[in-house]
Amino acid sequence: MKKTLLTAAIAAAAFGFGVSAASADTLENVKKKGFVQCGVNGAGLLGFASQDTAGNWSGLDIDLCKAVAASVFGDATKVKYTPLSAKDRFPALQSGEIDLLARNTTWTISRDTQLGFNFRAVNYYDGQGFMAKKSLGVKSALELSGAAVCVQTGTTTELNLADYFKANKMDYKPVVFEKQEEVDAAYDAGRCDVYTTDQSGLYAIRLTLKQPDEHVILPEIISKEPLGPAVRQGDDKWFDIVSYAHYAMVTAEEFGITQANVDEMLTSENPDIKRFLGEEKDSTIGPDLGVDNKWAYNIIKAVGNYGESFERNVGEGSQLKISRGLNNLWSKGGLQYAPPIR
Amino acid sequence: MAQDDAALSARQPARSVWYNDPYKRGIAFQAITAVVLVIAAVWMWQNTLENLKRANLTSGFGFLTSRAGFDIAQSLIEYSADASYLRALMVGLLNTLSVAAAGIITTTILGLLIGIARLSRNWLIRKLATVYVEGFRNIPLLVIIFFWYKGVLNALPNVRDSIVLPFSMVLNNRGFYFPAPVFGEGSGAILIALVAGIAGAVFYARWAKAKQMETGVRPPVFWVNIALVLLPPLLVFFAFGAPLTFDLPVAGKFNINGGSMIGPEFMSLYLALSFYTASYIAEIVRAGIVGVAKGQTEAAYALGLQPGRTMRLVVLPQALRIIIPPMTSQYLNLTKNSSLAVAIGYADLVAVGGTILNQTGRAIEVVAIWLAIYVSISLTTSLFMNWFNRKMALVER
Ligand SMILES: N[C@@H](CCC(=O)N[C@@H](CS)C(=O)NCC(=O)O)C(=O)O
Repeated sequence: MKKTLLTAAIAAAAFGFGVSAASADTLENVKKKGFVQCGVNGAGLLGFASQDTAGNWSGLDIDLCKAVAASVFGDATKVKYTPLSAKDRFPALQSGEIDLLARNTTWTISRDTQLGFNFRAVNYYDGQGFMAKKSLGVKSALELSGAAVCVQTGTTTELNLADYFKANKMDYKPVVFEKQEEVDAAYDAGRCDVYTTDQSGLYAIRLTLKQPDEHVILPEIISKEPLGPAVRQGDDKWFDIVSYAHYAMVTAEEFGITQANVDEMLTSENPDIKRFLGEEKDSTIGPDLGVDNKWAYNIIKAVGNYGESFERNVGEGSQLKISRGLNNLWSKGGLQYAPPIR
Repeated sequence: MAQDDAALSARQPARSVWYNDPYKRGIAFQAITAVVLVIAAVWMWQNTLENLKRANLTSGFGFLTSRAGFDIAQSLIEYSADASYLRALMVGLLNTLSVAAAGIITTTILGLLIGIARLSRNWLIRKLATVYVEGFRNIPLLVIIFFWYKGVLNALPNVRDSIVLPFSMVLNNRGFYFPAPVFGEGSGAILIALVAGIAGAVFYARWAKAKQMETGVRPPVFWVNIALVLLPPLLVFFAFGAPLTFDLPVAGKFNINGGSMIGPEFMSLYLALSFYTASYIAEIVRAGIVGVAKGQTEAAYALGLQPGRTMRLVVLPQALRIIIPPMTSQYLNLTKNSSLAVAIGYADLVAVGGTILNQTGRAIEVVAIWLAIYVSISLTTSLFMNWFNRKMALVER
């Protein structure tokens, strides 16, 4: 809470004193300091960014941070993480405290314009849902008129919530907190009837409740939440590097390149794969992007392709067991689609 | 003439450079400081605009009239997601002011009692008061707030098992619900009657005091004033056929609906602020009382005044002169500390401002609004307390 005031004040001061770490050339900056400063989820959102007991980070967003580091340095460990709450994340990016924000953040037009950010790659297509106690006997979000709803401030969630209830002519009592831990605790203590946030978040949060089996996630999805990395406007080179870190992972999945077989693939005769992995003679795709020609190889070697990252963090290989759904490749009925690497 | 001049210059000290003259030097330093300040301010201002432009951010306060889009749980005025950001800030400000006002009243009474108890001749009372002061002064306020909040949330039952109190009052971990008065036709007249009654009581009290000064006999004030204040509104109330109904809280599907409600967020913040600040006020009160010469108490006893009256009529009025100035700081502290509300989801000025900051990205504007409002609240409180201090100061005749 005081931290927020501080972040806001620092952001304000940063503009005032022009210590402008928000230098226009982020890549140059990152290379100079030797690591990527990545803003991630502060509360620990299982599947996106969370720490194990030894302090090692993992998650879909973490993989993206690592992919960017692998692309720039050829070394996925050259990342430092800044844990951020929903409220602190934007000032942190604006003021230049972080180089990139990969924190289950929804791409919206006002964040693209008003906040001065750039979004393009979407590493998880999500939507807002509701979770309620089973004992309430609620089957649909449309039965929620009059309920007390727990929600985290500074999110698209709180705006969608207001719109959804208004559109359906229902009433509700918002119970608003700044930190996810506080929302979780309040919901667990019965301060509210319903918890609303991105559906992936609901699955993750349900696992942390006292009795996970006593809560249901309602079928309605009330919004579109394309979650993806954000960077500051006005630095197209850096923007490209970040976007293509994700696209490389998707492309690898399309080509069937995995962390395990990427070395074998280096000898592939397929011209697409050769170009992608930097094996095509005289190709300058990497240098044109501002990184090594082996950038894609480095990424896949470090974190695997998108499908692997998905299964490991949120899919069958994880506690969350979320199905690919919208996040499947476009060729398999999903929305994940990468521009051609040529 | 020439002789005179020579005599004059002889008497003057040897001519020296201007910067050795403390007066001129003072002026020079002040001028330099002022120029530096102005340059710094202008530089910061331009730098800010420049940097905002470079970060592709817009600036200005125009956004305040746009639709807020988010709901606020506790509001003293009409508010919905369709209202403007400005209105949302108003809601936050009123929430800050209401918790601060309630806190200041409670903490003053509590602090006064504990401060006096610290000097009690009763060993147990004295020690209890000491434990209170040392305890609360040494626990961080945030911990106290959490203590109350978690305490309230965990100790009170869920909605379904609400505690039902007399007069349709209900208590559960979502708040304290009580009947809300609904005023019908003629309520205005009741209010007028009440104001008239109070005015009458004030006049009567003045008259009684003058009478006492003049004759030494004190007319009955207490009971007459009670009658003056209560009777007129009551009469008007019944004359209009009792235009008052109550909106009762009733159990709905999820929540208690209707009636008025005080939420656990307000409650715990209010209690924490009051209890915490009272420990400081108690010390100020104690210092004030100890600061009054002992002879005053002895003189009062010699005149036959009881200890209670001695405290009320002789010691406290003099102690107030010592108490009021540091008290102002405590009131300001309490008000500013109320911004810890964010921790428990009470929609105060900082919480609402933070949401707006986040949704619109207007960090500088929102921080500026926070600063301006807190400075105004503090200055207003100071002005009032200074006025009160002057009024209480020794009037020399
Ligand atoms: N996608 C939404 C919501 C993101 C969000 O903040 N979700 C919450 C609940 S899942 C969260 O991650 N909180 C963690 C924290 O604040 O540390 C947005 O971008 O506004």
